[in-house]
Amino acid sequence: MSLIDDLFARLRASGEKALMPFVTAGDPDISFTGQILAELDRRGCHLAEVGIPYSDPIADGPVIQSSYTRALDRKTTLDQILAMLQTRSSSNGMPVVTMVSFAIVLRWGLELYIERAKAAGVSGAIVPDLPLEESAALAKICRREDFSLIQLVTPTTPRDRALQIAETSTGFLYYVSVTGITGERNDLPPELIDTVGWLREQTPLPVCIGFGISRAEHVRQLAPVADGLIVGSAIVRRIAKAAQTPPDTVLTDVGEYVSELLAALKQQ
Amino acid sequence: MTTSGNPTAKLATNVPTDQGRFGDFGGRYVPETLTRALDELTVEYDAACNDPEFQAELAELLCSFVGRPSPLYYAQRLTERCGGSQIWFKREDLNHTGAHKINNTLGQALLTIRMGKSRVIAETGAGQHGVATATACARFGLPCIVYMGEEDVRRQAPNVFSMKLLGAEVRPVSSGSRTLRDAINEAMRDWMSSVESTHYIIGSVVGPHPFPMMVRDFQSIIGTEARQQCLAQLGRLPDRVVACVGGGSNAAGMFYPFINDAAVRLTGVEAGGLGADCGKHASPLTYGDPGVLHGSYSYVMQDDDGQTSDVHSISAGLDYPGVGPEHSYWKTAGRVEYTTCEDRDALTAFDAVAACEGILPALESSHAVSQAMKIATAGSHDEIVVVCLSGRGDKDASEIARLRDVQLDLDATSHET
Repeated sequence: MSLIDDLFARLRASGEKALMPFVTAGDPDISFTGQILAELDRRGCHLAEVGIPYSDPIADGPVIQSSYTRALDRKTTLDQILAMLQTRSSSNGMPVVTMVSFAIVLRWGLELYIERAKAAGVSGAIVPDLPLEESAALAKICRREDFSLIQLVTPTTPRDRALQIAETSTGFLYYVSVTGITGERNDLPPELIDTVGWLREQTPLPVCIGFGISRAEHVRQLAPVADGLIVGSAIVRRIAKAAQTPPDTVLTDVGEYVSELLAALKQQ
Repeated sequence: MTTSGNPTAKLATNVPTDQGRFGDFGGRYVPETLTRALDELTVEYDAACNDPEFQAELAELLCSFVGRPSPLYYAQRLTERCGGSQIWFKREDLNHTGAHKINNTLGQALLTIRMGKSRVIAETGAGQHGVATATACARFGLPCIVYMGEEDVRRQAPNVFSMKLLGAEVRPVSSGSRTLRDAINEAMRDWMSSVESTHYIIGSVVGPHPFPMMVRDFQSIIGTEARQQCLAQLGRLPDRVVACVGGGSNAAGMFYPFINDAAVRLTGVEAGGLGADCGKHASPLTYGDPGVLHGSYSYVMQDDDGQTSDVHSISAGLDYPGVGPEHSYWKTAGRVEYTTCEDRDALTAFDAVAACEGILPALESSHAVSQAMKIATAGSHDEIVVVCLSGRGDKDASEIARLRDVQLDLDATSHET
């Protein structure tokens, strides 16, 4: 049983939901990413997605794109990211998964990527450009290594296909709230709640919602129907200020922001 | 000879598979959001291939709107200058809009209408695909948005203006290297949000399945005609066929109908830029490794972490770090030879074609001509070299002037007319 399975088993037993922030590794630098992960952990976030910067991210909006560009401009490498994850301090044992393009996984080699990520204490991977049809080889290695391979379902996914995806996903199922790219949105589609509700009836896997979530009201609205909520651009945007603002101020800002969302999560 | 019958007739080459695999290459590495649209496109394209009405409509457009068949032209004075094999040009530069790109955009515009989609997006490098897409969209009354890297907007200004005149909106892309690769990224991002109403007309044999197959099929009219013209005008097949390769659409369309003619040697010419150092060229088949970029597995220029490398070419249409998966397949299978042509050699070929033939070739096509001239110089006069003159070079005049420190007084020129 992976750390992620363990996490959701505990949360489901106590009727709680997960807050899952996303941060870009290496923005503004690799040591700050370590600090921000420690802060998220200390504040009580349940799982962190660490974005491995990629040169051509087609699923990402301007906020995450530019964070990737900043990280790559600083020559952030996968070796540095994994070394940071390996030595990160974790007071609450918050699991980490990598959000990583298949171009990167393939360049390293599937076996080596999983081996090294696992050795660095990473619990799973989300590979946003690896749809079901292309995922068999990686999924096989992940199963053998008890490394979660989190698959995505989107509003354009037909329902029978969503069920196939749910069968191959491990750890949790990532439901993409909108037909589009990452980024904060004022309103989320009204059919979202029904679709996620339907998915949760179909699969024993935890279903978590990502893309567009940024506000406490989103959290209050969606937490009842999901197992977890993923918040990305709203955090990355705050971290982007670290270039001009003292790091401690940014850490506090992000920390207070996730605390506000965690509080909203408990109010549902 | 007339363009008739089935413009997307397939050869028995058995690629790609239903999963879009050309051997190991190709596939579909895209976010799940796009899967349904790609599935629908695959089904709809397959139906169109088997629909005589669709084929007839496309054939008619290629004839009366594009001006096909494009001639096979004997470049006599260039041949004499090289002093060896005969050089023949497949004149895609004479197509409406001045390049081969229109063959594909008309096919995909018809598909857009067939699928009931109401909006078109496209990327462009040199601007030729952007102009061809804007043209097809104007012809069918479809709104059109073209993404173009800022660097390319600068060096291909005449095409930017043409697109606007044709009613398209040109959106400059300022991310990354501000060239073709970033324009594709931005078009993909648009498509992620608009996929239910919008068709993305990809301009080359790149991207996720079914694009590499479909664009190859639409472009294979080039090679189909060239092959028939060789038989009709020369009484035999050519010895050599040469085409430039960026993403590789003119080359794929030129080569594909010759694939089963084992005696015909096929040569693809990549952009050698300023030399062999990484970042100085755009030659993934020559210097790169297999990897994933823009939805398919193919040769790509990338670093040790899989980050796409910056590339360089004098020619905006070849300035791309990846290449269509079928080219990777042909390279691995040994069916097509791939080589490079550096910027300066492309310019030399450009000048030679201008001086000897009275044709300004596109800088892209000049890469192929350069290689054809080398082959011809080493060959004998009974050998036939056919080179795909994929586009005309008017669009490059201002960039060449800039490189040669020539001041073009465009205001003065316009006063004269």
